[in-house]
Amino acid sequence: MSEPILSRNFGVPGSHRLATYVERGGWRTFRKALAMPPEQVVGEVKKSGLRGRGGAGFPTGMKWGFLPPTDKPIYLCVNADESEPGTFKDRYILDLDPHLLIEGIVITCWAIKSSDCFIYIRGEYESSRRILQAAIEEAYTAGYLGPNVDGKGWRLDVTLHKGAGAYICGEETGLLESLEGKRGYPRIKPPFPAVVGLFGCPTIVNNVETIAAVPWILEHGGEAYAAIGVGKSTGTKLWCVSGHVAKPGLHELPLGEPFAELLRLCGGMRDAGRPLKAVIPGGSSVPVLTAAEAMAVNLDYESLAAAGSMLGSAGLIVMEEGTDMVRALAVLTRFYADESCGQCTPCREGTSWVNDILWRLVEGAASPPDLDLVQGLCDNMLGKTICVLADAMVLPVRSFLKKFQPEFEAAMARSRARSAAATHA
Amino acid sequence: MTQAPNGGNHRASADGTSHRLSPAAIATLELLAPRYANREALLLPALWLVQDEFGWISEAAMQHVAEVVGVSPVRVLSVVTFYHMYHEQPPGRYNVQVCHNLSCSLLGAEDLLARLHARFGVGLNTPTADGRFMVQRVECLGACEHAPVCQVNDAFVFDLTPEKLESHLDALP
Repeated sequence: MSEPILSRNFGVPGSHRLATYVERGGWRTFRKALAMPPEQVVGEVKKSGLRGRGGAGFPTGMKWGFLPPTDKPIYLCVNADESEPGTFKDRYILDLDPHLLIEGIVITCWAIKSSDCFIYIRGEYESSRRILQAAIEEAYTAGYLGPNVDGKGWRLDVTLHKGAGAYICGEETGLLESLEGKRGYPRIKPPFPAVVGLFGCPTIVNNVETIAAVPWILEHGGEAYAAIGVGKSTGTKLWCVSGHVAKPGLHELPLGEPFAELLRLCGGMRDAGRPLKAVIPGGSSVPVLTAAEAMAVNLDYESLAAAGSMLGSAGLIVMEEGTDMVRALAVLTRFYADESCGQCTPCREGTSWVNDILWRLVEGAASPPDLDLVQGLCDNMLGKTICVLADAMVLPVRSFLKKFQPEFEAAMARSRARSAAATHA
Repeated sequence: MTQAPNGGNHRASADGTSHRLSPAAIATLELLAPRYANREALLLPALWLVQDEFGWISEAAMQHVAEVVGVSPVRVLSVVTFYHMYHEQPPGRYNVQVCHNLSCSLLGAEDLLARLHARFGVGLNTPTADGRFMVQRVECLGACEHAPVCQVNDAFVFDLTPEKLESHLDALP
């Protein structure tokens, strides 16, 4: 690709320092943005077609446009609670280019007329938190944050808020509850945060990677960004690749590149004797793809949807031939059972029941109606809860059962054989 | 936020009277207070300050935080019990948190856990008799490109094998 947008400073020594970022052309575009009326900044982001990089893929400029006229404070909450299994892209931005994020925050807050930004960072990212806190302090010292941003007579405060270990706080209303000092129970929507958000005020919640794309869009224009990628999947994307590849890692690609190309960039499979078996393309909460489906798919929102999955958080977990899919799914259901916040009964009970059944299958202790029971439980979870955590378990469960059905049937047969042996012993 | 590592120096006392934030920590909290629309929102930062100072959050500390933040003690308890990272019991000096989610599991997380179990002879979430180590299984730590991974207190250890993990633990002060 011609020019990386998000990862251009990643390989530069000391890239987390303000001085390095300035040497590389940073902390310049915000002046251009601050010279524009806020509505024009929103307009550029709308033109860019930038979509939320946290998982939902909602158009960012449109989200900003939902803010109602108000006398209340408007908040920007940056979601750095990166917890979707298989996802580690925001950690790279926080560690290696925190000033890109902070400059994006300044531009975004100007656009949405906010003077108060919170960055909610997961507690496990303590080393990243320290780097980001130091960068925020550098930005205050340079006058890019504080009571009089760059002498413009405009106040902007950025506060780093540390989470304490709860996947559900990555859900935007769970995040707001947590910021308010409560359990991270997601809220019923509507009202959406743009109308009633943090402390009852209009609030925009955006992912780290989304905000990090904003400086480039303002520097080069929304149309230039929209020219990258394919169709409604504009711009570039950070892809997180883990699992059975030769070189796991992070790659920035324009949206719409083939999965096969990303796999090649990762050195292919780690073991030539074990070809590709399956790929989870968008973090653990999206439907799994078979090898044939993955090798035919392009990496953009529409192509992944057409292939029956989702782009999600772009965390690709690659599995080789020989991977035990029953066990792999059990590992995933354990996550959702652990992380269900417990607020909605279908999710609290359903995630645990499905998880218990999956581990019974792994251990050869399942009974014949168990697979039907899983389907029934999924029916009673999908679309029946306040947030999408239940759906996020149902999608992988159903896709694993459908696409790797013989393995689940074989696991059930092992259970039956073990039970019969026990009866005749 | 203070920079003291989790599970650092424990200043536990039998009656819990010492489990009050230091003047420095209170000052840090009050510096933060104007950023939030109400004091209730200081609850998570206050609990982190407690854990940074004492290594864990005792009932006495929860009562203290309730007073500082201006909420009922049961509200503090409900928050402490919701979040995985707050310790309601003293952890070991080194809290070894092994990721057991899919990317790490595919590449040998269970072998790490088995080795740690054999080494320490205690179950999960239980400090060793000398108080030096505790092992936890945790969900995705967001470093899947280095699977399998763990965190020892708040520091990542990447690209592990059972041997590499053991030599890392052997080298700790």
